[in-house]
Amino acid sequence: MSYADRWLLPDGVDEILPAAAEQIESLRRQLVDLYHRWGYDLVIPPMIEYTDSLLVGLGSDIDLLTFRLTDQLSGRMMGLRADMTPQIARMDAHSFRREGISRLCYTGHVIHAKPKNPLASRTPIQAGIELYGEAGIEADIEVVSLLLESLQTAGLPSLNIDLGHVGIFRALSESVSFSTEQERQLFDLLQQKSTKDIDAWVEANVTDTESAKWFFALAGLAGDASVLQRARDVFDQAPAEVIAAIDELEVMASVISQRYPQAKLYFDLSELRGYHYHTGVVFAAFSPGHGEAIANGGRYDHIGEVFGHARPATGFSIALTTLHQLLSVEYQPKPAIFAASTEDPKQWLAIQALRSQGERVVCGLADQALVISESLCDRQLVLEEGEYCVKPLNKN
Amino acid sequence: MSKLTIALTKGRILKETLPLLAAAGIEPLEDITKSRKLTFETNRDGVNLIVLRGVDVTTYVQFGAADVGVSGKDMLLEHGGEGLYEPLDLQIAKCQLMTAAIKGKTTKVGRIRVATKFVNVAKRFYAAQGRQVDIIKLYGAMELAPIIGLADEIVDIVDTGNTLRANGLEPREHIADISSRLIVNKASMKMKHEVILKLIDDIRLAVEQPN
Repeated sequence: MSYADRWLLPDGVDEILPAAAEQIESLRRQLVDLYHRWGYDLVIPPMIEYTDSLLVGLGSDIDLLTFRLTDQLSGRMMGLRADMTPQIARMDAHSFRREGISRLCYTGHVIHAKPKNPLASRTPIQAGIELYGEAGIEADIEVVSLLLESLQTAGLPSLNIDLGHVGIFRALSESVSFSTEQERQLFDLLQQKSTKDIDAWVEANVTDTESAKWFFALAGLAGDASVLQRARDVFDQAPAEVIAAIDELEVMASVISQRYPQAKLYFDLSELRGYHYHTGVVFAAFSPGHGEAIANGGRYDHIGEVFGHARPATGFSIALTTLHQLLSVEYQPKPAIFAASTEDPKQWLAIQALRSQGERVVCGLADQALVISESLCDRQLVLEEGEYCVKPLNKN
Repeated sequence: MSKLTIALTKGRILKETLPLLAAAGIEPLEDITKSRKLTFETNRDGVNLIVLRGVDVTTYVQFGAADVGVSGKDMLLEHGGEGLYEPLDLQIAKCQLMTAAIKGKTTKVGRIRVATKFVNVAKRFYAAQGRQVDIIKLYGAMELAPIIGLADEIVDIVDTGNTLRANGLEPREHIADISSRLIVNKASMKMKHEVILKLIDDIRLAVEQPN
């Protein structure tokens, strides 16, 4: 084993060094406090549990992301959590059943067996919220508002939100009775908005002219709020679920732009991320200079079924580590006070008094000299006329 | 107006892309084909061009280092298209992705060796046909592999077929029609949609009404 093999971390596995760690932790605390003020209860799901509960509900999207190992106590397969949403759903459905509305929040590491993209971390830290028990658009509006509030709290300079609704594609697809394979093919094409390939596919697979018109138009229904009006024109003969979905988006857009006029809203009716488990409005947050979403969310009403307690559900998760990288503000650690080593009990009392006021006090140890360049100290504790007082630290 | 970076594929695709960009009102301030620079300013404030090898364009656009790109469909098929939209077929640099083998030679039964730079495409194509193959990744001169006996078949781009014929090979099966596509980073599309949708529309017009 070479020397490098001893200290190299696996690909995509991060460690977080002091300044960044403090900043991420401060961000995490601000978010948990924010969620607390909005009435969300903090839960701490386990890092590891049986795959039987961990992999349900989110379908194939999460399967490849999950590290697996055998539980030596039970012989059953366990997984490291790759997403906390199924865990929170299990807790809501089983661990503490509530009939009314449940608002829950969480933060922590998730572990990915393979990175979501070649540059992504395999050990991201997430924060998120879930709202159970309300099927109406009001719940989605609350969740999107809280997402925007989170990004604002973090200090992200601009707010870009992408809104979609998987109910539109699902209802259209059901109305023409696509086979599973057909639905998958069109789904893949829509993900890439490849107009040429979509047109060719629709011509070959959809015979009814009115329905074909819907699918030709779908990929182009993306842009500012005018998309919703264009959608109404295209889908005037479409199933009622489609119209209802557009109504929901319209209500959401008007409330969100009134609450957060600085947020830029983008609509994309063929955005089908998480189509396999989402059931309604889906949304994501983006930031200039980052090619991927920094937060994702949406409605997923059926996830609790496997735990015997189907509940309407909506929520989001934010990649805290990514969010931290995007913050433009240079982090300034809190400067400390240096207290040279003495055996005077009075110094100890002075140090403790300063610490209780929130000051950061670093004690000298034995004869160890303070290495100024490495220390964060800008002041020192000195004895003057029998009293300990704080003086500027001469760095020369 | 927000900044926009457009990644272009160097070589033949570049020569055919520039007139389309010009028709959409975007022209580099200097002659790209004569310069050794890699980034170019344009007559439109905030719009920059970068010139890359085809295989790198998808990477730059996927990670948002460029917002928009021009890439061959062959590169997109190989890349898988994750994180990308490909809203427009530019109808340029048309050719075909095909398998080829030594002329007249019968296909071996059972496991065969295939040389290609399109590893993912080849895997998918042969798997869909129910054939088990061993893939050898090469970076150029594919035609040599069957002649020397390194591979039984190759998967490569075929334009006129002259190179194949000159080396005693023949095209066998058609895998896909290839042309260059306009690709867009998904996050850029969501954040800069006014500029990008306008650009797509302008270029679409230029593609549909060539003058």
